Amino acid sequence: MPALTDRDRSLAAGEMGPAPALAMRIILAMAEAAEAPRLIDVTGAHIDSCLYHGDAGLDFAERLAAGGGRVVVPTTLNVSTLDLLHPHLFRGDDRLRDRGHRLMTAYVQMGGTPTWTCAPYQSAVRPGLGEHVAWAESNAIVFVNSVLGARTNRYGDFIDICAALTGRVPDAGLHRDENRRARVVFQLSGVAEEVLRSEIVFPVVGHLVGRRTGTLVPAIVGLPADASEDALKALGAAAASSGGVAMFHAVGRTPEAPTLEQALGGHPADRAIAVDTEMLAAARAELSTRTDGPLAAISVGTPHFSVAEFRTLAGLVAGRTIDPEVEFYVNTSREVLAEAAAEGLVTPLRTAGIEIVTDTCTYITPIMRNRSGVVMTNSGKMAYYAPGNLGVDVAFGSLAECVESGVTGRIAIDSGAWR
Amino acid sequence: MSLRHLLGGEATGEVLVLDEPMSMWGGLDPETGALIDRRHPQSGALLTGRILVMPSGRGSSSSSSVLAEAIRVGTAPAAIVLAEPDDIILLGALVARELYAITCPVVVADAETYQGLRSGEQVAITAEGLARV
Repeated sequence: MPALTDRDRSLAAGEMGPAPALAMRIILAMAEAAEAPRLIDVTGAHIDSCLYHGDAGLDFAERLAAGGGRVVVPTTLNVSTLDLLHPHLFRGDDRLRDRGHRLMTAYVQMGGTPTWTCAPYQSAVRPGLGEHVAWAESNAIVFVNSVLGARTNRYGDFIDICAALTGRVPDAGLHRDENRRARVVFQLSGVAEEVLRSEIVFPVVGHLVGRRTGTLVPAIVGLPADASEDALKALGAAAASSGGVAMFHAVGRTPEAPTLEQALGGHPADRAIAVDTEMLAAARAELSTRTDGPLAAISVGTPHFSVAEFRTLAGLVAGRTIDPEVEFYVNTSREVLAEAAAEGLVTPLRTAGIEIVTDTCTYITPIMRNRSGVVMTNSGKMAYYAPGNLGVDVAFGSLAECVESGVTGRIAIDSGAWR
Repeated sequence: MSLRHLLGGEATGEVLVLDEPMSMWGGLDPETGALIDRRHPQSGALLTGRILVMPSGRGSSSSSSVLAEAIRVGTAPAAIVLAEPDDIILLGALVARELYAITCPVVVADAETYQGLRSGEQVAITAEGLARV
Protein backbone atom coordinates (compact mmCIF):
# COMPACT_ATOMS: atom_id res chain seq x y z
CA MET A 1 0.00 0.00 0.00
CA PRO A 2 1.52 3.37 -0.95
CA ALA A 3 2.07 6.07 1.69
CA LEU A 4 -0.78 8.58 1.44
CA THR A 5 -1.20 12.23 2.41
CA ASP A 6 -4.23 13.52 4.33
CA ARG A 7 -5.56 14.95 1.09
CA ASP A 8 -5.17 11.58 -0.70
CA ARG A 9 -7.12 9.90 2.09
CA SER A 10 -9.79 12.57 2.07
CA LEU A 11 -10.23 12.23 -1.69
CA ALA A 12 -10.43 8.44 -1.44
CA ALA A 13 -12.97 8.67 1.38
CA GLY A 14 -15.29 10.69 -0.83
CA GLU A 15 -15.03 13.88 1.24
CA MET A 16 -14.60 15.89 -1.98
CA GLY A 17 -17.40 14.16 -3.84
CA PRO A 18 -18.05 10.89 -5.67
CA ALA A 19 -16.03 11.68 -8.84
CA PRO A 20 -12.68 12.37 -7.14
CA ALA A 21 -13.34 9.33 -4.92
CA LEU A 22 -13.78 7.04 -7.94
CA ALA A 23 -10.71 8.62 -9.55
CA MET A 24 -8.62 8.09 -6.41
CA ARG A 25 -9.81 4.45 -6.09
CA ILE A 26 -8.45 3.78 -9.57
CA ILE A 27 -5.19 5.65 -8.93
CA LEU A 28 -4.68 3.61 -5.75
CA ALA A 29 -5.38 0.29 -7.49
CA MET A 30 -2.80 1.22 -10.13
CA ALA A 31 -0.32 2.29 -7.44
CA GLU A 32 -0.71 -1.06 -5.69
CA ALA A 33 -0.26 -3.02 -8.92
CA ALA A 34 2.90 -1.02 -9.63
CA GLU A 35 4.08 -1.42 -6.01
CA ALA A 36 4.54 2.37 -5.89
CA PRO A 37 5.84 3.69 -2.54
CA ARG A 38 3.73 6.87 -2.74
CA LEU A 39 1.72 9.14 -4.98
CA ILE A 40 3.26 12.26 -6.53
CA ASP A 41 1.86 15.55 -7.87
CA VAL A 42 1.55 16.24 -11.59
CA THR A 43 1.52 19.72 -13.14
CA GLY A 44 -0.72 18.84 -16.08
CA ALA A 45 -2.62 16.11 -17.86
CA HIS A 46 -3.37 15.11 -21.45
CA ILE A 47 -6.55 13.10 -21.87
CA ASP A 48 -6.91 10.33 -24.44
CA SER A 49 -10.24 9.05 -23.09
CA CYS A 50 -12.21 11.65 -25.08
CA LEU A 51 -12.18 9.49 -28.25
CA TYR A 52 -15.28 7.30 -28.46
CA HIS A 53 -14.52 3.56 -28.49
CA GLY A 54 -17.85 2.34 -27.18
CA ASP A 55 -20.29 3.05 -24.39
CA ALA A 56 -17.91 1.93 -21.63
CA GLY A 57 -15.82 5.08 -22.09
CA LEU A 58 -18.90 7.26 -22.31
CA ASP A 59 -20.43 5.68 -19.19
CA PHE A 60 -17.20 6.37 -17.31
CA ALA A 61 -16.93 10.02 -18.40
CA GLU A 62 -20.58 10.79 -17.73
CA ARG A 63 -20.40 9.16 -14.31
CA LEU A 64 -17.39 11.34 -13.42
CA ALA A 65 -18.97 14.51 -14.83
CA ALA A 66 -22.26 13.82 -13.04
CA GLY A 67 -20.32 13.15 -9.84
CA GLY A 68 -18.89 16.67 -9.83
CA GLY A 69 -15.59 15.82 -11.54
CA ARG A 70 -13.47 18.91 -12.21
CA VAL A 71 -9.81 18.95 -13.28
CA VAL A 72 -7.38 20.37 -10.71
CA VAL A 73 -4.40 20.79 -13.12
CA PRO A 74 -4.23 22.27 -16.66
CA THR A 75 -5.59 19.54 -18.92
CA THR A 76 -5.48 19.21 -22.71
CA LEU A 77 -7.76 16.94 -24.74
CA ASN A 78 -6.64 14.44 -27.38
CA VAL A 79 -8.18 13.87 -30.81
CA SER A 80 -11.79 12.86 -30.67
CA THR A 81 -14.47 11.40 -32.93
CA LEU A 82 -15.67 14.56 -34.68
CA ASP A 83 -14.09 17.44 -36.56
CA LEU A 84 -16.03 20.25 -34.91
CA LEU A 85 -14.54 22.88 -37.27
CA HIS A 86 -15.34 20.88 -40.42
CA PRO A 87 -18.39 18.80 -39.44
CA HIS A 88 -19.27 17.99 -43.06
CA LEU A 89 -16.22 15.69 -43.24
CA PHE A 90 -17.73 13.18 -40.80
CA ARG A 91 -19.18 10.14 -42.60
CA GLY A 92 -20.20 8.05 -39.59
CA ASP A 93 -23.78 7.39 -38.57
CA ASP A 94 -25.95 9.53 -36.29
CA ARG A 95 -25.39 7.25 -33.32
CA LEU A 96 -21.61 7.63 -33.51
CA ARG A 97 -21.97 11.38 -34.02
CA ASP A 98 -24.22 11.63 -30.97
CA ARG A 99 -22.02 9.44 -28.75
CA GLY A 100 -18.84 11.21 -29.87
CA HIS A 101 -20.37 14.58 -29.17
CA ARG A 102 -21.60 13.54 -25.71
CA LEU A 103 -18.14 12.28 -24.81
CA MET A 104 -16.43 15.47 -25.98
CA THR A 105 -18.97 17.53 -24.02
CA ALA A 106 -18.36 15.54 -20.82
CA TYR A 107 -14.60 16.19 -20.93
CA VAL A 108 -15.03 19.90 -21.63
CA GLN A 109 -17.59 20.03 -18.79
CA MET A 110 -14.94 18.58 -16.45
CA GLY A 111 -12.60 21.46 -17.38
CA GLY A 112 -10.52 20.00 -20.21
CA THR A 113 -9.23 22.56 -22.73
CA PRO A 114 -10.71 21.70 -26.15
CA THR A 115 -7.36 21.34 -27.92
CA TRP A 116 -8.44 18.07 -29.64
CA THR A 117 -4.93 17.14 -30.68
CA CYS A 118 -2.66 14.11 -30.35
CA ALA A 119 0.35 16.46 -30.46
CA PRO A 120 -0.12 18.72 -27.40
CA TYR A 121 3.67 19.17 -27.44
CA GLN A 122 3.22 21.41 -30.51
CA SER A 123 1.44 24.01 -28.35
CA ALA A 124 3.13 27.16 -27.11
CA VAL A 125 3.03 25.98 -23.49
CA ARG A 126 4.58 22.60 -22.83
CA PRO A 127 6.20 20.78 -19.91
CA GLY A 128 9.92 21.15 -19.27
CA LEU A 129 12.80 18.88 -18.29
CA GLY A 130 12.08 16.86 -15.15
CA GLU A 131 8.49 18.05 -14.78
CA HIS A 132 5.96 15.36 -13.82
CA VAL A 133 2.81 15.15 -15.96
CA ALA A 134 0.10 12.58 -16.64
CA TRP A 135 -0.13 12.17 -20.39
CA ALA A 136 -1.99 9.55 -22.33
CA GLU A 137 -1.84 8.87 -26.11
CA SER A 138 1.14 6.74 -27.03
CA ASN A 139 2.86 9.20 -29.38
CA ALA A 140 2.46 12.09 -26.91
CA ILE A 141 3.85 9.94 -24.10
CA VAL A 142 6.96 8.98 -26.04
CA PHE A 143 7.53 12.56 -27.21
CA VAL A 144 7.15 14.21 -23.81
CA ASN A 145 9.48 11.70 -22.15
CA SER A 146 12.08 11.48 -24.90
CA VAL A 147 12.23 14.88 -26.58
CA LEU A 148 11.11 17.24 -23.78
CA GLY A 149 12.51 15.21 -20.87
CA ALA A 150 9.34 15.74 -18.86
CA ARG A 151 8.11 12.64 -17.07
CA THR A 152 4.99 10.65 -17.66
CA ASN A 153 4.31 7.00 -17.24
CA ARG A 154 2.65 5.07 -20.08
CA TYR A 155 -0.86 6.17 -19.13
CA GLY A 156 -3.90 4.97 -20.94
CA ASP A 157 -7.52 5.87 -21.13
CA PHE A 158 -9.28 6.37 -17.78
CA ILE A 159 -6.25 6.95 -15.54
CA ASP A 160 -5.56 10.17 -17.49
CA ILE A 161 -8.77 11.81 -16.26
CA CYS A 162 -8.31 10.26 -12.80
CA ALA A 163 -4.93 12.03 -12.58
CA ALA A 164 -6.45 15.29 -13.84
CA LEU A 165 -9.26 15.14 -11.24
CA THR A 166 -6.90 14.40 -8.34
CA GLY A 167 -3.56 15.90 -9.47
CA ARG A 168 -1.92 12.66 -8.28
CA VAL A 169 -0.25 9.63 -9.89
CA PRO A 170 1.65 6.59 -8.58
CA ASP A 171 5.37 7.21 -8.15
CA ALA A 172 6.26 4.45 -10.59
CA GLY A 173 7.51 3.64 -14.04
CA LEU A 174 8.98 6.52 -16.01
CA HIS A 175 8.44 9.01 -13.19
CA ARG A 176 11.45 7.34 -11.51
CA ASP A 177 15.10 7.83 -12.55
CA GLU A 178 15.99 4.15 -12.55
CA ASN A 179 13.35 3.29 -15.13
CA ARG A 180 14.36 5.99 -17.61
CA ARG A 181 17.77 4.60 -18.45
CA ALA A 182 18.23 2.76 -21.75
CA ARG A 183 18.29 -1.05 -21.73
CA VAL A 184 18.67 -1.78 -25.42
CA VAL A 185 21.12 -0.02 -27.74
CA PHE A 186 20.48 0.31 -31.46
CA GLN A 187 23.67 1.22 -33.30
CA LEU A 188 22.97 2.58 -36.77
CA SER A 189 26.48 1.67 -37.84
CA GLY A 190 25.87 -0.11 -41.12
CA VAL A 191 23.36 2.29 -42.60
CA ALA A 192 24.05 4.03 -45.90
CA GLU A 193 24.45 7.81 -45.57
CA GLU A 194 21.75 8.44 -48.18
CA VAL A 195 19.27 6.39 -46.13
CA LEU A 196 20.25 8.16 -42.88
CA ARG A 197 19.66 11.51 -44.55
CA SER A 198 16.22 10.56 -45.87
CA GLU A 199 13.10 11.91 -44.20
CA ILE A 200 11.49 8.48 -43.81
CA VAL A 201 14.42 6.96 -41.97
CA PHE A 202 12.84 8.23 -38.71
CA PRO A 203 9.50 6.39 -38.89
CA VAL A 204 11.33 3.35 -40.31
CA VAL A 205 13.84 3.30 -37.43
CA GLY A 206 10.91 3.80 -35.05
CA HIS A 207 9.06 0.85 -36.54
CA LEU A 208 12.15 -1.36 -36.23
CA VAL A 209 12.91 -0.20 -32.68
CA GLY A 210 9.32 -0.83 -31.56
CA ARG A 211 9.39 -4.31 -33.05
CA ARG A 212 12.66 -5.20 -31.32
CA THR A 213 12.32 -3.57 -27.89
CA GLY A 214 8.76 -4.16 -26.77
CA THR A 215 8.34 -1.99 -23.67
CA LEU A 216 12.02 -1.45 -22.83
CA VAL A 217 13.70 1.95 -23.14
CA PRO A 218 15.97 1.99 -26.22
CA ALA A 219 18.95 4.22 -26.98
CA ILE A 220 19.59 4.91 -30.65
CA VAL A 221 23.12 5.80 -31.69
CA GLY A 222 23.86 7.33 -35.07
CA LEU A 223 20.80 9.47 -35.78
CA PRO A 224 21.62 12.91 -37.19
CA ALA A 225 22.30 15.32 -34.29
CA ASP A 226 20.18 17.95 -36.02
CA ALA A 227 17.09 15.71 -36.22
CA SER A 228 14.02 17.96 -36.09
CA GLU A 229 11.21 17.62 -33.57
CA ASP A 230 8.99 16.46 -36.42
CA ALA A 231 11.47 13.71 -37.26
CA LEU A 232 11.59 12.55 -33.62
CA LYS A 233 7.79 12.78 -33.46
CA ALA A 234 7.57 10.39 -36.42
CA LEU A 235 10.13 8.02 -34.89
CA GLY A 236 8.39 7.92 -31.50
CA ALA A 237 4.91 7.48 -32.95
CA ALA A 238 6.06 4.51 -35.05
CA ALA A 239 7.93 2.93 -32.12
CA ALA A 240 4.86 3.31 -29.89
CA SER A 241 2.72 1.60 -32.54
CA SER A 242 4.84 -1.41 -33.47
CA GLY A 243 5.97 -1.77 -29.85
CA GLY A 244 5.14 -0.43 -26.40
CA VAL A 245 7.93 2.16 -26.43
CA ALA A 246 7.16 5.02 -24.02
CA MET A 247 10.60 6.61 -24.12
CA PHE A 248 13.70 6.50 -26.29
CA HIS A 249 17.07 8.18 -26.18
CA ALA A 250 18.51 9.59 -29.40
CA VAL A 251 22.13 9.85 -28.30
CA GLY A 252 23.50 13.35 -28.90
CA ARG A 253 20.02 14.75 -29.53
CA THR A 254 17.55 14.12 -26.67
CA PRO A 255 18.01 15.82 -23.29
CA GLU A 256 18.74 12.77 -21.12
CA ALA A 257 21.24 11.31 -23.60
CA PRO A 258 24.17 13.67 -24.26
CA THR A 259 26.28 10.49 -24.42
CA LEU A 260 25.52 6.76 -24.63
CA GLU A 261 26.95 6.29 -21.11
CA GLN A 262 24.50 8.86 -19.72
CA ALA A 263 21.61 7.29 -21.62
CA LEU A 264 22.52 3.95 -20.03
CA GLY A 265 22.75 5.54 -16.58
CA GLY A 266 26.23 4.09 -16.08
CA HIS A 267 25.02 0.48 -16.52
CA PRO A 268 25.86 -1.92 -19.33
CA ALA A 269 23.16 -2.45 -21.97
CA ASP A 270 21.03 -5.59 -21.71
CA ARG A 271 21.20 -5.95 -25.49
CA ALA A 272 22.92 -4.21 -28.37
CA ILE A 273 21.59 -4.42 -31.92
CA ALA A 274 23.67 -3.37 -34.91
CA VAL A 275 21.36 -1.94 -37.56
CA ASP A 276 22.27 -1.97 -41.25
CA THR A 277 20.58 -0.78 -44.42
CA GLU A 278 19.14 -4.22 -45.08
CA MET A 279 17.31 -4.32 -41.73
CA LEU A 280 15.90 -0.85 -42.32
CA ALA A 281 14.84 -1.82 -45.84
CA ALA A 282 12.94 -4.78 -44.38
CA ALA A 283 11.29 -2.54 -41.75
CA ARG A 284 10.36 -0.05 -44.45
CA ALA A 285 8.82 -2.80 -46.57
CA GLU A 286 6.74 -3.94 -43.58
CA LEU A 287 5.05 -0.55 -43.44
CA SER A 288 3.41 -1.06 -46.84
CA THR A 289 0.84 -3.74 -47.50
CA ARG A 290 0.73 -2.81 -51.21
CA THR A 291 2.71 -0.39 -53.39
CA ASP A 292 0.81 -0.77 -56.64
CA GLY A 293 -2.82 -0.63 -57.68
CA PRO A 294 -5.33 2.22 -57.63
CA LEU A 295 -4.54 5.12 -55.30
CA ALA A 296 -7.69 6.06 -53.34
CA ALA A 297 -6.40 8.53 -50.80
CA ILE A 298 -3.38 10.11 -49.18
CA SER A 299 -3.29 10.99 -45.51
CA VAL A 300 -0.55 12.85 -43.66
CA GLY A 301 -0.42 14.36 -40.19
CA THR A 302 -0.49 11.28 -37.96
CA PRO A 303 0.52 12.56 -35.42
CA HIS A 304 -0.94 16.00 -36.18
CA PHE A 305 0.92 18.18 -38.67
CA SER A 306 3.13 20.96 -37.31
CA VAL A 307 3.54 24.45 -38.77
CA ALA A 308 6.97 23.39 -40.10
CA GLU A 309 5.35 20.45 -41.90
CA PHE A 310 2.76 22.80 -43.42
CA ARG A 311 5.64 24.90 -44.77
CA THR A 312 7.30 21.83 -46.31
CA LEU A 313 4.04 20.62 -47.83
CA ALA A 314 3.28 24.06 -49.28
CA GLY A 315 6.74 24.07 -50.90
CA LEU A 316 6.18 20.60 -52.39
CA VAL A 317 2.74 21.37 -53.78
CA ALA A 318 3.90 24.71 -55.22
CA GLY A 319 0.94 25.58 -57.41
CA ARG A 320 0.22 22.05 -58.65
CA THR A 321 -3.18 20.36 -58.27
CA ILE A 322 -4.03 17.03 -56.67
CA ASP A 323 -5.70 14.56 -59.06
CA PRO A 324 -9.46 14.94 -58.41
CA GLU A 325 -9.78 11.14 -58.20
CA VAL A 326 -7.47 11.11 -55.16
CA GLU A 327 -8.51 12.33 -51.70
CA PHE A 328 -5.64 14.12 -49.93
CA TYR A 329 -5.97 14.79 -46.19
CA VAL A 330 -3.81 16.72 -43.75
CA ASN A 331 -4.62 16.07 -40.08
CA THR A 332 -3.73 18.83 -37.66
CA SER A 333 -4.84 20.72 -34.57
CA ARG A 334 -7.00 23.84 -34.66
CA GLU A 335 -4.15 25.77 -32.99
CA VAL A 336 -1.57 24.77 -35.64
CA LEU A 337 -4.13 25.36 -38.41
CA ALA A 338 -4.67 28.92 -37.20
CA GLU A 339 -0.90 29.54 -37.16
CA ALA A 340 -0.41 28.02 -40.61
CA ALA A 341 -3.34 30.04 -41.97
CA ALA A 342 -1.82 33.23 -40.53
CA GLU A 343 1.33 32.43 -42.54
CA GLY A 344 -0.79 32.09 -45.68
CA LEU A 345 -0.01 28.37 -46.03
CA VAL A 346 -3.51 26.97 -45.93
CA THR A 347 -5.47 28.59 -48.77
CA PRO A 348 -3.05 27.45 -51.52
CA LEU A 349 -3.25 23.87 -50.18
CA ARG A 350 -7.04 23.94 -50.22
CA THR A 351 -6.99 25.39 -53.73
CA ALA A 352 -4.77 22.48 -54.77
CA GLY A 353 -7.46 20.07 -53.58
CA ILE A 354 -6.12 19.20 -50.12
CA GLU A 355 -8.64 18.70 -47.33
CA ILE A 356 -7.63 19.85 -43.83
CA VAL A 357 -8.94 17.78 -40.92
CA THR A 358 -8.82 19.08 -37.34
CA ASP A 359 -9.86 17.76 -33.92
CA THR A 360 -9.66 14.15 -35.11
CA CYS A 361 -7.70 11.97 -37.54
CA THR A 362 -8.55 10.03 -40.69
CA TYR A 363 -7.53 6.68 -39.25
CA ILE A 364 -9.78 6.81 -36.16
CA THR A 365 -13.07 8.13 -37.48
CA PRO A 366 -15.02 7.71 -40.75
CA ILE A 367 -13.84 10.52 -43.05
CA MET A 368 -12.37 8.90 -46.17
CA ARG A 369 -14.94 8.53 -48.94
CA ASN A 370 -13.20 5.92 -51.07
CA ARG A 371 -11.79 2.88 -49.31
CA SER A 372 -11.61 0.63 -52.35
CA GLY A 373 -8.04 1.54 -53.29
CA VAL A 374 -4.69 1.97 -51.59
CA VAL A 375 -4.19 4.67 -48.95
CA MET A 376 -0.79 6.32 -48.99
CA THR A 377 0.90 7.95 -45.98
CA ASN A 378 4.26 9.14 -44.69
CA SER A 379 3.33 8.09 -41.15
CA GLY A 380 4.61 4.86 -39.63
CA LYS A 381 1.74 5.00 -37.15
CA MET A 382 -0.96 5.45 -39.78
CA ALA A 383 0.68 2.72 -41.89
CA TYR A 384 0.64 0.41 -38.90
CA TYR A 385 -2.97 0.89 -37.86
CA ALA A 386 -4.90 1.74 -41.05
CA PRO A 387 -5.13 -1.83 -42.41
CA GLY A 388 -6.84 -3.01 -39.19
CA ASN A 389 -8.86 0.12 -38.45
CA LEU A 390 -10.00 1.04 -41.94
CA GLY A 391 -9.63 -2.28 -43.75
CA VAL A 392 -7.49 -0.69 -46.45
CA ASP A 393 -4.16 -1.43 -48.05
CA VAL A 394 -1.42 1.06 -47.20
CA ALA A 395 1.56 2.35 -49.17
CA PHE A 396 4.26 4.06 -47.13
CA GLY A 397 6.41 6.82 -48.65
CA SER A 398 7.94 10.22 -47.97
CA LEU A 399 5.93 13.44 -47.90
CA ALA A 400 7.41 14.35 -51.30
CA GLU A 401 6.33 10.95 -52.68
CA CYS A 402 2.84 11.47 -51.23
CA VAL A 403 2.56 14.81 -53.04
CA GLU A 404 3.96 13.39 -56.29
CA SER A 405 1.52 10.48 -56.11
CA GLY A 406 -1.34 12.85 -55.36
CA VAL A 407 -0.54 15.05 -58.34
CA THR A 408 -0.10 12.17 -60.81
CA GLY A 409 -2.83 9.96 -59.34
CA ARG A 410 -0.46 6.97 -59.22
CA ILE A 411 1.61 5.58 -56.36
CA ALA A 412 5.16 6.84 -56.88
CA ILE A 413 7.69 5.43 -54.42
CA ASP A 414 11.43 5.41 -55.07
CA SER A 415 13.28 2.57 -53.33
CA GLY A 416 16.66 3.46 -54.84
CA ALA A 417 18.83 4.09 -51.77
CA TRP A 418 17.16 1.34 -49.73
CA ARG A 419 18.30 -1.62 -51.81
CA MET B 1 2.30 -22.18 -9.90
CA SER B 2 2.96 -18.61 -9.02
CA LEU B 3 0.66 -15.80 -10.14
CA ARG B 4 0.48 -12.18 -9.15
CA HIS B 5 -3.07 -10.87 -9.34
CA LEU B 6 -3.15 -7.31 -10.65
CA LEU B 7 -6.94 -7.59 -10.69
CA GLY B 8 -8.19 -10.55 -8.68
CA GLY B 9 -11.03 -12.83 -9.68
CA GLU B 10 -11.79 -16.28 -10.99
CA ALA B 11 -12.02 -17.48 -14.57
CA THR B 12 -11.94 -20.75 -16.50
CA GLY B 13 -11.37 -21.16 -20.20
CA GLU B 14 -9.29 -22.36 -23.11
CA VAL B 15 -5.79 -20.93 -23.28
CA LEU B 16 -4.77 -18.85 -26.29
CA VAL B 17 -1.05 -18.04 -26.23
CA LEU B 18 -0.14 -15.10 -28.44
CA ASP B 19 3.32 -15.29 -29.98
CA GLU B 20 3.57 -11.51 -29.99
CA PRO B 21 2.01 -8.78 -27.81
CA MET B 22 -1.16 -7.19 -29.16
CA SER B 23 -2.67 -3.76 -28.84
CA MET B 24 -6.34 -4.03 -27.87
CA TRP B 25 -6.95 -0.85 -29.84
CA GLY B 26 -6.57 -1.71 -33.50
CA GLY B 27 -6.20 -5.34 -32.42
CA LEU B 28 -9.43 -6.40 -30.73
CA ASP B 29 -12.81 -5.82 -32.36
CA PRO B 30 -15.17 -5.40 -29.39
CA GLU B 31 -18.16 -6.27 -31.58
CA THR B 32 -16.87 -9.70 -32.54
CA GLY B 33 -14.09 -10.46 -30.06
CA ALA B 34 -11.72 -11.21 -32.95
CA LEU B 35 -8.05 -10.25 -33.24
CA ILE B 36 -8.15 -7.87 -36.20
CA ASP B 37 -4.53 -6.64 -36.38
CA ARG B 38 -3.61 -7.93 -39.84
CA ARG B 39 0.08 -7.74 -38.99
CA HIS B 40 -0.30 -10.02 -35.98
CA PRO B 41 0.74 -13.64 -36.66
CA GLN B 42 -2.52 -14.86 -35.08
CA SER B 43 -4.76 -12.36 -36.87
CA GLY B 44 -8.33 -13.64 -37.01
CA ALA B 45 -8.20 -15.60 -33.74
CA LEU B 46 -11.27 -15.32 -31.50
CA LEU B 47 -10.41 -13.96 -28.04
CA THR B 48 -13.88 -14.17 -26.46
CA GLY B 49 -13.95 -16.38 -23.37
CA ARG B 50 -10.32 -17.37 -23.78
CA ILE B 51 -7.59 -17.23 -21.17
CA LEU B 52 -5.51 -14.80 -23.20
CA VAL B 53 -1.79 -15.27 -22.63
CA MET B 54 0.64 -12.70 -24.01
CA PRO B 55 4.04 -11.36 -23.03
CA SER B 56 2.95 -7.73 -22.56
CA GLY B 57 0.64 -5.05 -23.85
CA ARG B 58 1.60 -2.96 -26.83
CA GLY B 59 0.76 0.22 -28.65
CA SER B 60 -2.01 2.69 -28.22
CA SER B 61 -3.23 3.96 -24.89
CA SER B 62 -6.80 3.68 -26.22
CA SER B 63 -6.50 -0.02 -25.48
CA SER B 64 -8.03 0.42 -22.01
CA SER B 65 -11.28 1.72 -23.52
CA VAL B 66 -11.45 -1.05 -26.08
CA LEU B 67 -10.93 -3.73 -23.43
CA ALA B 68 -13.54 -2.15 -21.13
CA GLU B 69 -16.01 -2.02 -24.01
CA ALA B 70 -15.36 -5.67 -24.91
CA ILE B 71 -15.94 -6.64 -21.26
CA ARG B 72 -19.18 -4.61 -21.24
CA VAL B 73 -20.59 -6.32 -24.33
CA GLY B 74 -19.30 -9.79 -23.42
CA THR B 75 -16.74 -10.33 -26.17
CA ALA B 76 -13.62 -10.00 -23.97
CA PRO B 77 -11.24 -12.75 -22.93
CA ALA B 78 -12.23 -14.55 -19.69
CA ALA B 79 -8.89 -13.54 -18.16
CA ILE B 80 -5.57 -12.11 -19.27
CA VAL B 81 -2.23 -13.65 -18.29
CA LEU B 82 0.87 -11.52 -18.85
CA ALA B 83 4.59 -12.05 -18.41
CA GLU B 84 4.98 -8.51 -17.06
CA PRO B 85 2.53 -6.00 -15.54
CA ASP B 86 0.67 -3.78 -17.99
CA ASP B 87 -1.14 -0.67 -16.75
CA ILE B 88 -3.20 -0.16 -19.87
CA ILE B 89 -4.73 -3.63 -19.77
CA LEU B 90 -5.26 -3.45 -16.02
CA LEU B 91 -7.09 -0.13 -16.33
CA GLY B 92 -9.55 -1.43 -18.90
CA ALA B 93 -10.42 -4.37 -16.66
CA LEU B 94 -10.53 -2.20 -13.53
CA VAL B 95 -12.94 0.37 -14.99
CA ALA B 96 -15.22 -2.35 -16.39
CA ARG B 97 -15.45 -3.83 -12.90
CA GLU B 98 -16.23 -0.41 -11.38
CA LEU B 99 -18.93 0.36 -13.96
CA TYR B 100 -20.52 -3.02 -14.65
CA ALA B 101 -19.40 -5.32 -11.83
CA ILE B 102 -17.96 -7.77 -14.40
CA THR B 103 -14.46 -9.04 -13.62
CA CYS B 104 -11.87 -10.02 -16.21
CA PRO B 105 -8.93 -11.06 -13.99
CA VAL B 106 -5.51 -9.72 -15.00
CA VAL B 107 -2.55 -11.69 -13.67
CA VAL B 108 1.21 -11.81 -14.12
CA ALA B 109 2.70 -15.29 -14.30
CA ASP B 110 6.28 -16.16 -13.36
CA ALA B 111 8.51 -17.26 -16.24
CA GLU B 112 8.08 -20.98 -15.58
CA THR B 113 4.28 -20.81 -15.40
CA TYR B 114 4.11 -18.57 -18.42
CA GLN B 115 6.27 -20.80 -20.58
CA GLY B 116 4.31 -23.88 -19.54
CA LEU B 117 1.01 -22.55 -20.92
CA ARG B 118 -0.14 -24.09 -24.21
CA SER B 119 -2.90 -22.96 -26.54
CA GLY B 120 -5.91 -25.27 -26.41
CA GLU B 121 -5.59 -26.45 -22.82
CA GLN B 122 -8.30 -25.63 -20.26
CA VAL B 123 -7.15 -23.74 -17.20
CA ALA B 124 -8.73 -22.14 -14.17
CA ILE B 125 -7.50 -18.97 -12.52
CA THR B 126 -8.37 -18.69 -8.84
CA ALA B 127 -7.16 -16.75 -5.82
CA GLU B 128 -4.71 -19.61 -5.22
CA GLY B 129 -3.18 -19.56 -8.68
CA LEU B 130 -3.54 -21.30 -11.99
CA ALA B 131 -4.63 -24.90 -12.45
CA ARG B 132 -5.22 -27.16 -15.44
CA VAL B 133 -8.76 -28.52 -15.54
